Amino acid sequence: MTNATHTISPGRSVRQGRRLLILIPVLWLTVFFLVPCLIVLKISLSQTAIAQPPYMPVLDLSAGWAGLRDFANGLSLDNYKLLGSDWLYLTSYLRSVTIAALSTAILLLIGYPVAYGIARAPRRLQPVLVMAVFLPFLTAFLIRIYAWINILQREGLLNDALIALGVIREPLVWLSTDTAIVIGIVYSYLPFMVLPLYASLEKMDESLLEAAADLGAPRWKAFWLVTVPLSASGIFAGALLCFIPIAGEFVIPDLLGGSDAMMIGQTLWTEFFQNKDWPVASAVAIALLIVLLAPILVYQHLQMRALGDR
Amino acid sequence: MRKGKSIKKMSIFNVTSVALGLAFLYLPIAILVIYSFNASRLVTVWGGWSTRWYVALLHDQAMLDAAWTSLRIAALSATAASVLGTLAAVVLVRAGRFRGRTMFSGMVYAPLVMPEIITGLSLLLLFVALDLDRGFWTVTIAHTTVTLSFVTVVVQSRLLSFDRSLEEAAMDLGCPPLKTFLTITLPLIFPAIAAGWMLAFTLSLDDLVIASFTTGPGATTLPMRIYSEVRLGVKPEINAISTIMITVVAVGVIAAALIGKRSELVTARATKT
Repeated sequence: MTNATHTISPGRSVRQGRRLLILIPVLWLTVFFLVPCLIVLKISLSQTAIAQPPYMPVLDLSAGWAGLRDFANGLSLDNYKLLGSDWLYLTSYLRSVTIAALSTAILLLIGYPVAYGIARAPRRLQPVLVMAVFLPFLTAFLIRIYAWINILQREGLLNDALIALGVIREPLVWLSTDTAIVIGIVYSYLPFMVLPLYASLEKMDESLLEAAADLGAPRWKAFWLVTVPLSASGIFAGALLCFIPIAGEFVIPDLLGGSDAMMIGQTLWTEFFQNKDWPVASAVAIALLIVLLAPILVYQHLQMRALGDR
Repeated sequence: MRKGKSIKKMSIFNVTSVALGLAFLYLPIAILVIYSFNASRLVTVWGGWSTRWYVALLHDQAMLDAAWTSLRIAALSATAASVLGTLAAVVLVRAGRFRGRTMFSGMVYAPLVMPEIITGLSLLLLFVALDLDRGFWTVTIAHTTVTLSFVTVVVQSRLLSFDRSLEEAAMDLGCPPLKTFLTITLPLIFPAIAAGWMLAFTLSLDDLVIASFTTGPGATTLPMRIYSEVRLGVKPEINAISTIMITVVAVGVIAAALIGKRSELVTARATKT
């Protein structure tokens, strides 16, 4: 890693201290992040049981090898077979990915001009504008979705405004549609798209655009051939930062969407809280992770590179 | 340091897109705030200005209890996350190579993008496996785990960008590493830690999904309470509590930004002389 160059050569006591320093966060994340993921994997291979905890087999180490063998024999891929054979699950995965992809594309279309505008604003003003984009993200996500219910409902402000402007005569149905879900998602995730884009656009060397202009390139061509490729890292980071959590989104489709079709986050929620089927819920989670694994790894790679070689 | 900003000019297109973007972000919030002062019980009909929903809120004991629970969880988990997140950032930036570094950085960054629903489920299953009583403390642990990654990212970028000559000078003069860290490094990165704390606090205050999974009887957080009310339809009291939350967060964030700016000025002056 590039960070190695920063290190001051440590003495022995420092090395001891360093080991302790590393150990604390490593332990915390192992216990509360890594192990839980493995438990989900294990339970996804179990069956439901009317018991406490509500799944079987339960690993009984006191029985020694026999306990371990019984445990291993009890595991099966049945839950995954269910996921693969029932259209309910397949459609909700498909739906999540489609909505996430569509929303990410719209976010990019809206977010890019905003980020570009901020990057070209007077330098003194830029931190203020960045803060202004970031502030809504901090003010309660749930509340901002709730605000949209006010606006999108049948007697809501959007219909009132459209009727007042003469665009429509009859109130339209907005709430409980996919349009409402996408509006809610775009609204909530806009800061996640704008900030990485801004970060890459802000670093750009303006003289390249000057050079392009000097050589006779029209502005749109210079933008397309110089600005966009140079901001590719921001585009990727923003798209992944939005796409991955949107695919697993629960609150937005639950509050703004209809009851007929579910995104995968809602399916998981229903399996867990209503059907109380922990093993199937776990299998849904693992399958979602597998779908998202490639984007998550790419994102981590980008993140490490961005923070590593400055 | 910055180059060629002489020709940088905002076109009309730039100004319009920033203005429209900000309007899109702030209009729904503004509407919510205005309607919290609506005298009418019907949320869509304007009945004149009134503070009656704020008064109603004061008598809603369940909501107040939930708010108090949420504030305590947010303060505790943000503090724990700041300590752990700062340690993780120091490890990532300063510890150089060690076995499992890639694995470690993976574990730090993964919660940033991991869908909440998976994090919530996995932590609940852990608490069940450990046979812990679910409630206040399990939510606090869950929030600490999720938000520490955000603190790490904020502190890490500060650690990477600041001038190390002060630290090196202290070490050259014989100051032991721990003392150097406490007296030089920590004050220098403190604004970032404060910003990270603020971020962790608001994220915790805001979380519905992870809290729903990891809580138990007796520990209902504010978002859980709001969610169960909102599912039944729009209510003016919710507008009122939302406005209060927005105000608290906005004031906190702006204050933190101003403090950060001031201490940055101080640092800049200190490093210059």
